Amino acid sequence: MSVDKDTVNKIARLSRIAINDEEAEKMVGELNGILAWVEQLGEVDVTGVEPMTAVIPNKTRLRDDIVTDGDMRDKVLANAPAKEGIFFGVPKVIE
Amino acid sequence: MTDLTKLGVAAIRDGVASGAFKAVEVAEAFNTNVAAAKVLNAFIVETPEKAVEAAQAVDADRAAGKPLGKMAGVPIGMKDLFCTEGVQTTAASHILEGFIPQYESTVSANLWRAGAGMLGKLNMDQFAMGSSNETSYFGNVISPWKRGGGDNAALAPGGSSGGSASAIAARLCPAATGTDTGGSIRQPAAFVGISGIKPTYGRCSRWGIVAFASSLDQAGPMARDVRDCAIMLEAMAGFDPKDSTSLDLAVPDWEAALSSDLRGKKVGIPKEYRLDGIDEDIAAMWDNGIAWLKDAGAEIVEISLPHTKYALPAYYIIAPAEASSNLARYDGVRYGLRDLPDGAGLQDMYAATRAAGFGAEVRRRIMIGTYVLSAGFYDAYYTQAQKVRALIARDFEQAWGVCDLILAPTAPSAAFGLGEKTNDPLSMYLNDVFAVPASLAGLPAMSVPGGLSKEGLPLGLQIVGKALDEQGVLNAGLAIEERAGFTAEAEKWW
Repeated sequence: MSVDKDTVNKIARLSRIAINDEEAEKMVGELNGILAWVEQLGEVDVTGVEPMTAVIPNKTRLRDDIVTDGDMRDKVLANAPAKEGIFFGVPKVIE
Repeated sequence: MTDLTKLGVAAIRDGVASGAFKAVEVAEAFNTNVAAAKVLNAFIVETPEKAVEAAQAVDADRAAGKPLGKMAGVPIGMKDLFCTEGVQTTAASHILEGFIPQYESTVSANLWRAGAGMLGKLNMDQFAMGSSNETSYFGNVISPWKRGGGDNAALAPGGSSGGSASAIAARLCPAATGTDTGGSIRQPAAFVGISGIKPTYGRCSRWGIVAFASSLDQAGPMARDVRDCAIMLEAMAGFDPKDSTSLDLAVPDWEAALSSDLRGKKVGIPKEYRLDGIDEDIAAMWDNGIAWLKDAGAEIVEISLPHTKYALPAYYIIAPAEASSNLARYDGVRYGLRDLPDGAGLQDMYAATRAAGFGAEVRRRIMIGTYVLSAGFYDAYYTQAQKVRALIARDFEQAWGVCDLILAPTAPSAAFGLGEKTNDPLSMYLNDVFAVPASLAGLPAMSVPGGLSKEGLPLGLQIVGKALDEQGVLNAGLAIEERAGFTAEAEKWW
């Protein structure tokens, strides 16, 4: 499988990364190089093999259904790039 | 008076405990070295006052006769991937420049509780993506090492924990934290002639560590020798309910059980690691390592890890896939950089912020990850890679039927020059060919110095152990350390 410039632009859109024409052009070559190389995984016989889900066997723990944190609004907002009072500021989304 | 910056973790801890010197003297000595080594660019933020404060607390505890922690009086460097409350944490990315965590990572909190102090935040590859420390937004870290024969080329300290490696090798700190996703502790340790261990996945909590690839990320110590690594790993490790993959197990007393007597141990030599055209210095060092382990009493057996050649391509699907998902959080809204072009809406703001904030390698990996997870390609790439990963883990399981440990080189070459591999992402990725299989299988693995190349650069030997057998790994590392007699140091030029 290989990607063309349209596909690169689509991946960039899905990734929410702005990309110009020149960058897209360059990325076509880089992604194709990497994808051609990972393609060799296709030759491995994986019949009957389950995809790995946990690298070290570990039980998923349950905890008591109680509040263990919260009440830290100012800390949550402390690093906001554009805070509006006690809210995160974002560009207008509804006209 | 002895130069306190020549001392390692154990010597500092013991000297502070016995009263041979004060913790504050140690902190000040390292602060001085840090301040004088800016040309190495190992630190993004220096925190001399934190180092002194922690040392004063240790000195006060000792004066009051209180018990001292495992790392009491030891100043360390903290990789800038660990969130440190009140101190900028960036993962070496522009997108997090100015981010001041409101909380402390579990691993760093464990270290402070054990009496360690912080010298500063160490430079690294951006989001831990890189093998040469050339992807940092804050500039390359320079290795203190130079090739012999008057070659003045600046060398890579390895990556992603390149600041940690460079700082320890240059004696700016006796030890530092690292994180290892696909070799990021072991390869830099090898490049600068120090030791480092990635423990079993789940030993150290990931809570508060900026996430790269969550099924692979694991913290570990980097230090001058095996004992120092054992001490620091004890302080870092432990169950943490805040990390769902943290192992609920007691932390063994690794230091007390150190023993270089390997009688009764079988060490496997994987034949697939003898790559065609393997560097002859690396091959010779590997042979020396085999001889040293035999001398320590181990029996050497040839083993096969048949899926080795597929480890790297599987890694370069799985790690970017997880990264693309983890790094979705950087949206310019809640923290970090925001780039809001004139008249831009929310979607444009996300895209502009991420384009401006992420470096080229990070953007490349997010896009690969997004592609392999996208509709129509998920099974062909991601599911296939996770199946191959299961086979790689099975290879190791089968090897444990005939051996207890595995010995291999850490990296396929000595350190390369800065800029030598940056134009070709694939040749950079190949640097981790020996390191990635153990990461994919979640196994403990360590690099210890194994000798010097013809150019006079350090080379590392890697020991891989069974899950949870950090002790076996450390013991074999100690056996090599005692026999390798590695005392070479970078000649000071900075």
